Amino acid sequence: MKDGVNGVALAVFIIFFLAVTVMGFLAARWRKAEDEHSLDEWGLGGRSFGTWITWFLLGGDLYTAYTFVAVPAAIYAAGAAGFFAVPYTILIYPLIFTFLPRLWSVSHKHGYVTTSDFVRGRFGSKGLSLAVAVTGLLATMPYIALQLVGIQAVLDVMGVGGGENTNWFVKDLPLLIAFGVLAAYTYSSGLRAPALIAFVKDTLIYVVIAVAIIYIPIKLGGFDEIFTAANEKYTAAKAGGLVPPEAGQWTYATLALGSALALFMYPHSITATLSSRSREVIRRNTTILPLYSLMLGLLALLGFMAIAAGVSVTNPQLAIPQLFEDMFPSWFAGVAFAAIGIGALVPAAIMSIAAANLFTRNIYKDFIKPDATPAQETKISKLVSLLVKVGALIFVLTMDKTVAINFQLLGGIWILQTFPALVGGLFTRWFHRWALLAGWAVGMVYGTIAAYGVASPTQKHFGGPAKEIPGIGEIGYIGLTAFVLNVVVTVVLTFILKAAKAPEGIDETKPEDYTADSGDAGVQVELPPATAGASH
Amino acid sequence: MSDAPEVNRAVVTPVRVVIALCLVAPFVAMLWVGSYAKTDPEFAGIPFFYWYQMLWVLISTLLTMVAYQLWQRDQRARASEKGGASE
Repeated sequence: MKDGVNGVALAVFIIFFLAVTVMGFLAARWRKAEDEHSLDEWGLGGRSFGTWITWFLLGGDLYTAYTFVAVPAAIYAAGAAGFFAVPYTILIYPLIFTFLPRLWSVSHKHGYVTTSDFVRGRFGSKGLSLAVAVTGLLATMPYIALQLVGIQAVLDVMGVGGGENTNWFVKDLPLLIAFGVLAAYTYSSGLRAPALIAFVKDTLIYVVIAVAIIYIPIKLGGFDEIFTAANEKYTAAKAGGLVPPEAGQWTYATLALGSALALFMYPHSITATLSSRSREVIRRNTTILPLYSLMLGLLALLGFMAIAAGVSVTNPQLAIPQLFEDMFPSWFAGVAFAAIGIGALVPAAIMSIAAANLFTRNIYKDFIKPDATPAQETKISKLVSLLVKVGALIFVLTMDKTVAINFQLLGGIWILQTFPALVGGLFTRWFHRWALLAGWAVGMVYGTIAAYGVASPTQKHFGGPAKEIPGIGEIGYIGLTAFVLNVVVTVVLTFILKAAKAPEGIDETKPEDYTADSGDAGVQVELPPATAGASH
Repeated sequence: MSDAPEVNRAVVTPVRVVIALCLVAPFVAMLWVGSYAKTDPEFAGIPFFYWYQMLWVLISTLLTMVAYQLWQRDQRARASEKGGASE
């Protein structure tokens, strides 16, 4: 690693950062509605976003800075196993296509802002709704922390992260500033800020990847050379390889499937979805979102390039920023770093808004203050979004980075356990609410214990996402095993509870609610009048 | 869903089967890792394992587009059928 601060790169980085900050604050005026104090406004941007904005928002939200740092980092460290991110993102789209439009319809019909809102309305169970809300909050916080880890990696490589011997305040100051800016504009502009900034972020990332994928291989002598060099490294290290070994194939497939199922359970994915204008916007989006997967695949190849370019870092997370610094002229390295940095701010903002919506609607309003006015709801949401971010910051500053990654791993396992209640609920009312709650609890407990028991060469616990699947004997993703257990428990208990005639709870939704589109009776009503008129 | 006197439309129709196949195909292709866990044939120096999966990004996009078009046509047909029956 080069010593000292990379001045040109840093200057470019700061210019982009400032531009984005101004945009973030101006965003409050963009497509503004009259009633800005409702949670719909702040937390869902007035539910008025069309295909392209939704696309940017979803992309900005699902493909985070951390993804851009971590996926190539995994390839850099372990080879083919890290490429599971590509089939994972391929599988997302057929899934979205199938269930998200139904969620959109029922949510717009009944004014649901979160998944817990839906679960409560569908199953008439505050307990189940609370379980979903708590899971969402638990899973989101480490995710936000990881975004900050992504910014930190960039700052480190630029030389402003400080060395081992600088005082902690100087060392963390740049991160604190980035964080302060993020918090301030999310607070004032709500979901509009990340939606607007997502344009910049995606443009930058596309440019950087297009350049990287053409420029770096030319400099390194072509893909042949790159893969040969990578293969030599894996063989010498006796770890990883260019294709997953026979024994790793179950892990590869279950990780791809489990992650795909889990993704749209995250509160922030749902926030981006519900903010779209109509259910057609969502379906149309499934046909253009895969552009991001292609980008991710190309990006993953950067991991091999880092090996071929002789990048040698002990922390694989630094491999890609370091590759950019080594390969690109300083000014373009600055652009690339800005892409990663802004790529962290957008999802962090959306995630904190989603977590805040969840807390306000399903914990504050359901359990603490049922008669809260919309203005109060918005106020609490803004505060919570701030608290969540501060929590993430403390997490990053005080704990080891591997802890954040471990919790993120657990977060994925946990959030997957809300799948039966949410997606099951969208298609059938057959499941019993208590059975769903029991299934969720079993999945959570099994997943946590199993993940705790995974050791890696560097860690005693939470060493990885995969473990032997009981009864099959292959190594598979813990989250998916827990999910299967969850479903089995839910189904068995539903039979028992139905036989015992346990009270079912009141379902406030009707079958036709799940197919309603904007324009149908009862759907427009939730939109603030000004926004509904202004949405073109 | 509606209690109009018209004939109940079948829930499973050939078009819907095609839509389902379009949506299921990526799962079969991607989860069957053994079918593509190899390095040859290479494409522009990139091992099979990598370019094949990236190719599937495009294939699955096409399949989703087909599913989307078919679904829209299906919905429109049903809507007009419904409208016609009530007149």
